[in-house]
Amino acid sequence: MAYGKADIKELEEKAKQIRRLIIQMLAEAGSGHPGGSLSAVDLMAALYFSVLQHNPKDPNWPERDRFHMSKGHCCPLWYAVLAESGYFPKEKLLTLRKLGSMLQGHPDRRTPGVDVASGSLGQGLSVALGMSLAAKLDRRNYRVYVLLGDGEIQEGNIWEAAMASSHYKCDNLCAMLDYNGFQIDGKIKDIMNLEPVVAKWQAFGWHTIEIDGHNMKQILSAYAEAETVKGKPSIIIAHTVKGKGVSFMENVVDFHGRAPTKEEAEKALKELE
Amino acid sequence: MEQLYQRDIYGKTLVELGRQNKDIVVLDADLSCSTRTRLFAKEFPGRFFNFGVAEQNMMATAAGLASCGKIVFASTFAIFATGRAWDQVRNSICYNNFNIKIVATHAGLSVGPDGASHQALEDIALMRVIPNMNIIIPCDGPQTRDAVIAAANTEGPFYIRLSRPKVPTIENKGDFKFGKAEVLTQGDDVAIIACGIMIPEALTAVKNLLEKGIKARLINIHTIRPLDSQVLLKAARETRGIIVCEEHTVIGGLSSAVDEIVAENHPTKVIRLGVKNRFGQSGEPADLLKEYNLTSADIEKAAFAIIS
Repeated sequence: MAYGKADIKELEEKAKQIRRLIIQMLAEAGSGHPGGSLSAVDLMAALYFSVLQHNPKDPNWPERDRFHMSKGHCCPLWYAVLAESGYFPKEKLLTLRKLGSMLQGHPDRRTPGVDVASGSLGQGLSVALGMSLAAKLDRRNYRVYVLLGDGEIQEGNIWEAAMASSHYKCDNLCAMLDYNGFQIDGKIKDIMNLEPVVAKWQAFGWHTIEIDGHNMKQILSAYAEAETVKGKPSIIIAHTVKGKGVSFMENVVDFHGRAPTKEEAEKALKELE
Repeated sequence: MEQLYQRDIYGKTLVELGRQNKDIVVLDADLSCSTRTRLFAKEFPGRFFNFGVAEQNMMATAAGLASCGKIVFASTFAIFATGRAWDQVRNSICYNNFNIKIVATHAGLSVGPDGASHQALEDIALMRVIPNMNIIIPCDGPQTRDAVIAAANTEGPFYIRLSRPKVPTIENKGDFKFGKAEVLTQGDDVAIIACGIMIPEALTAVKNLLEKGIKARLINIHTIRPLDSQVLLKAARETRGIIVCEEHTVIGGLSSAVDEIVAENHPTKVIRLGVKNRFGQSGEPADLLKEYNLTSADIEKAAFAIIS
């Protein structure tokens, strides 16, 4: 079952709603990762509410497009998008990180809509590669999307998977790199420089699409372009702002792994009205 | 006595399973000649994926395939399967409880001349500590087939440990049952608990001990997880002591597994024959077993220590 196409304005409104949910759930949990959740909201809103073929009422629909969140610490974003899509009631979001919750601190298969757990960085591109190979084996037309963090691609496993995905010509595979420029210890360029990122992926045999990761029009056209590429995997290198949408969180490294206090959350939610 | 490569049997069994079930997919990391997954690759090229020298990617990709309903066999040498890719095995395979069978060859000292870097002496320990993981160590060629078929037919992650050299076929083992230890010889003086290539050494020891009037009960504990604690505790109760033999460090593997069960339920004398806080080294397998005190003579010595 295809999910309805929403226009850009609607998607932007969805993105704002997702940002609100992220702030609310993190404030309630008292811990978690707001920065990298907020930076990838627009990529994920476009994916789940316009691009992805899925059915929240039947999470195991065999023909569904696959999504895997390789940067698992940003699962508040995934959970918010899944709840907003109707995979489970939004009230559940307030159980994040609590004992017995189906919303674990990092993605886990007990959550409807999560096919594979993640959290240990660098493994998700391989997981997506496996899903892509399975589609080819079963002659199914579904596509596979995977969200990577920029700090995450410092892991060697990523490049093993990058090599293999182009070797096996996985043109049903689309990676999204949330290039917000920060990792937990500081600026990427200071901790472990990734540049030239585009050239690296091209050298590994990937089709690259570089965009402003907060421009909904560019995001949608990037997904559309990736779908037309034959014989190689695609990566959308999305330049984003860590903490996007909340002024006092934007580009503040402290909010990589610290939840907002109740007061901060109130302030943030006002900005997101 | 018939001598077989467990790896040959593994490759042939994969082909057999591949014919029966189109969901079986096989992965390797540039060792398909050695692991014999090449036999499957030849017959089912579309269902075989070589990942080159990249074991971490192989294991995490296996998870993606399994999430789409595939029964995945992933092979490489034991040291790389369990050491190099441990985090992928833990987080992508076992945490998800995926239907993935890691069949690793070239385990233990009997790798021989390649030496310490290639001799996995910690792999059982590394796999045993991860929840959901099942472990089988077949003792010979025919039991390798049984183990591979059992793994294919049982949902969940498996680690199957195979050796590099040819191994003698052990007669009269009875029917293989996953999770159920085999009592190969009866006796109430001492119990010998062994698996893999230690079984032929132990059988020689049992024969020699019998000539000296000592009756040893030899247990082939091919399934390390779930461990057949009933057979172990029966041996602890009915004999004067237990000798554990493993081609592996005495820390964390079979010895530890036996110690844990026995200490908690029926403490008795346990002598551990295994590698003691050392790395391996180059040499012929038979010479290495001598150097590391893992021969039938060492087992006999341990039996006398228990009896006296």
